[in-house]
Formats: sequence, C-alpha cells, structure tokens
Amino acid sequence: MAESGTDTVLGARDHARAQAGSAGAQAVTTQPTIPATGATDLPAGVDAADVVWDETLALGGYASRVLRRGTHLRLTDLTGDTNANLVLHHAARPAERLNVADTVKLQWNAYLGAGALLLSDMGRVLATILPESDASLDLLCGASTRLAVAARHGDSGNHSPTPSGRDRLLLGLAKHGLGRRDLPPSANLFRMVRVSPEGDLVLSPPGGPPGSHMTLRAELDVLVTVAVTPHPLDDRPSYAGGPVRLTAWSGDPAGPDDPARGVSPEAQRAFENTDDVLLTLFPASSATSSPGQPSRCSATASDAGDER
Amino acid sequence: MSEVVLDEVVPARAPWAHRLETGDTLRIVDLEGNQAVDFIVYDADDTDLRYDALVTIAAQRNIFLTTGSVLRDGEGGPLLTVVDDEVGRHDTIGGACSCESNTVRYGHHTKHQHACVDNFLTALSPYGRGKRDMVSNVNWFMNVPVEADGSLGIVDGLSAPGKYVELRAERPVLAVISNCPQINNPCNAFDPTPIQVVVTR
Repeated sequence: MAESGTDTVLGARDHARAQAGSAGAQAVTTQPTIPATGATDLPAGVDAADVVWDETLALGGYASRVLRRGTHLRLTDLTGDTNANLVLHHAARPAERLNVADTVKLQWNAYLGAGALLLSDMGRVLATILPESDASLDLLCGASTRLAVAARHGDSGNHSPTPSGRDRLLLGLAKHGLGRRDLPPSANLFRMVRVSPEGDLVLSPPGGPPGSHMTLRAELDVLVTVAVTPHPLDDRPSYAGGPVRLTAWSGDPAGPDDPARGVSPEAQRAFENTDDVLLTLFPASSATSSPGQPSRCSATASDAGDER
Repeated sequence: MSEVVLDEVVPARAPWAHRLETGDTLRIVDLEGNQAVDFIVYDADDTDLRYDALVTIAAQRNIFLTTGSVLRDGEGGPLLTVVDDEVGRHDTIGGACSCESNTVRYGHHTKHQHACVDNFLTALSPYGRGKRDMVSNVNWFMNVPVEADGSLGIVDGLSAPGKYVELRAERPVLAVISNCPQINNPCNAFDPTPIQVVVTR
C-alpha cells in the first residue's frame, strides 16, 4: 500500500493519473494513435491530416470500427508472420454482411486478392481490394474455434493467452450491439491457402518479408472487425504471430470510371447494385453526393435490422 | 431396432425443415439425378450455434464433403456426420443462390426468380429465425471444383437418379433444406426436380 501510495482516494487518483504518458505506457507499441492525425510512417501519398484511424494490434488483439464509404483501410503484417481475421458488415443495415461464398462464386475464383471485390449477401460491393495490395486472402478456412484452439494450446477463452479467432471477432461485434447470429464465415489475411486437385487444403509456410499489406476501399459505410489470431491450419505448437497495423484515411469510393467496375460483367453489376441501394438508403447516404464528397455515416451498427 | 419416422418427397423448388434427435439418421435421395440440395443445420436448442462451412472444411483439411465428414458448428463441435454417400463429393464453398446474387451472376432480369435463400428464410420463419441466421451452406449433389489457378464454378453434377447421402445427428439439430430452384446453371441440370427425405430413429 505505502509503496504504491494507493491507500487513500487521492493517492489512488494520483497513481492512476501517473500511468498515461509514462515511459511504460509509451513503450506499448500495440495501441491506437490518438489523435489519428498524429500517425507517422504512412503509405506513400497519404497525408496525416486525412488519417481517421491508426491502431496496431498484437497477436490476440481485436478491433472494430465503422468506416464511411470511400475510406481506405490498410492492414499491414509488420513482421511477415501473422494472420488476421476479417469480417465486414453494411453499417447502415448489419443484417447485410460479407458473404465469402458469394465472393468467390460471383468472381469465379477462390484465390482473390488485388483488384477483387468483397461482396455482401445482397449482391453488393462492401469493399474493393485496391491494386497495390500484395497480401494473401483466404476465403476458405475461416476463424479458429474454441474447441480446436483449446485442443492445440490448452485454452482458448477470451481470458486466456490463446483466444480463438471466433471469440475475438465476437467481442468486436459485441461492441456494436451484434452477437453470434451476426457473425458470418470470415476471411483470413496474410497466410496463403491453396486447394489440391483432390480438394486438400494446404497452408503456405510461415514467414515472409515484413510489410505485406492489403488496402480496402469501403464502397458502402461498413463496420470492419479485425482480430489477430493464428490461422486455423497453422500447426505450430506455439500460438505464433506478429502484430498487425490498421491505418485508415478518408478518400473517395469507386467513381463512375473506376477500373474496379470494369474487370468483369459480375463486378459491373455488383457495383450497379451498390449504386442502386445508395439512392434509397435512409438517411440519404453518399449517392446523393458526388463522388469525392465524404458521405455521412448513415446509422449505427446497433440497428441490426431484423428480429432480435 | 430402428424404424422410419418420416418419409416424404420434397417437391421441386420447395423448402423443408425438421428437427432430428441425437442418433437419428437423415437420408436425402436425389430421385431424378443432378438435383442440388442446399442444406443448413442448427443446434436445435441454441440456433445461434449453426453449421460453419469453413470450420468444417478446415477441420478435415479438404473442401469436399463425403462419408466420414463431420459437419461442425462455429465453435468446432459436431452437428452431423456423413455416414453414407453414393456420390463421392459434395460442395460447401459455393453457397446458396439468392435473388440478389443471381442479378450479379446472370443479369438484373433474374431478380424475381425463386432462389434458395428465399426457401431458407421461408423454412426458418416458423422457428423465429431469419436473415441473420443465413450462413454458407452445404450443397448436396453439387459439383464445384477448384482449379490450379483458383478458378471455381458450378459444373455438371456427379450424381444420378436414386443416389443418396445419409447423415447422423450428433445432437438435437434443426435440419433445413432448400430443394434448389436455380435454372441458370447446371447444378440442377437446368430442370429442378423432387427429392426424398427419410428420417430413421
């Protein structure tokens, strides 16, 4: 007691207030940059004044955030050996969300990456993977589970040092009033998965050059939820993986002549469906503004849309 | 001694749902051949816990379902086991057709065609479940290869008249079927047909 000085309320207050800004606090590299415009070491061409979110997640970390249409979000593997779980919801109406099956089926390919679209279950584009992205995207294996992680590492709860990907994503959704029903099959970033002719799933070996990244451009207002947990096919006995940096900056959604619209007739129609719903979203979203104007964030994700 | 407790025909294009008790077997018969049967299964007592296609294929490290495959929920627990299969491979990465995805795949003119998601929503409605309970499903009798470059698509089926798949319930579950009404790709040989479902206890 005497040593910490917390035997009185004022002493406890002084102790609490001494923590923020301390050398120990500054040594924590996995925390948000507040304000976000203070972010440094940004992608080429990004002005710090445009940054709306900058946060680094350690292995086991998670975050969830509503991003306006047009916002660019870069996810970066800082060490070259990590796995990020990703799920997207339409923020204005979260019963609409990422559909990995439609994403691969409608684009006729299981190995999607730069230039591809992340599609909702309503035939719309939630986000475009911008061409400069070089990270792998796995839409086949989903998030690790409570049972599988416990079998491999002994424990898997949110309280443990080895939480499952699913439980971290569920916490991210819970912060927006969403629950288990709202968690669809999710994507993995950074680790590459391939399918053999017999259908076997093969995970690429761990370890690559640091700095692999994917930049997503939100084509609707989206709730993005990210967790950093080992890939479900990662057999290493240790719960292994490095930190992931999330950096978002304001920008424009796909304009009328954006190359992402023209890559296929399916992409064209998915964007047509996206443009179409923007005409009637309430409150009016960015379709009523010209491309380039920031959209208003139309609703909170807590309005889940249907029965609850 | 096991007995048949349900034996019925699900008409072409129709939904179906039924609760299975632990140990029940469900046989799904492709009566006329090449009929895709879209399928989702829920924990009967906690429907928020439901089939997870990706957990299922990651656990078995193979994208195809066949005899021995265990259909798992999002926490990794077993819901159903495939105990017999006369076809050899079934899809679970291609998902269900919907009015909305049909517009992307085939054109806006297909918006009002009947689709599997509408069947699932119809079948789940009496149970108080809806759109938030839609997840990637199984496509029994549907053939979706993944080629070396990742190319993926629904191609001609491997099934034939009378072939079946049989599932055993590992706990009480709600099994939901959409007898696929799709007419724009070969999953139903462009002609949706009836199937038979048989539950044995």
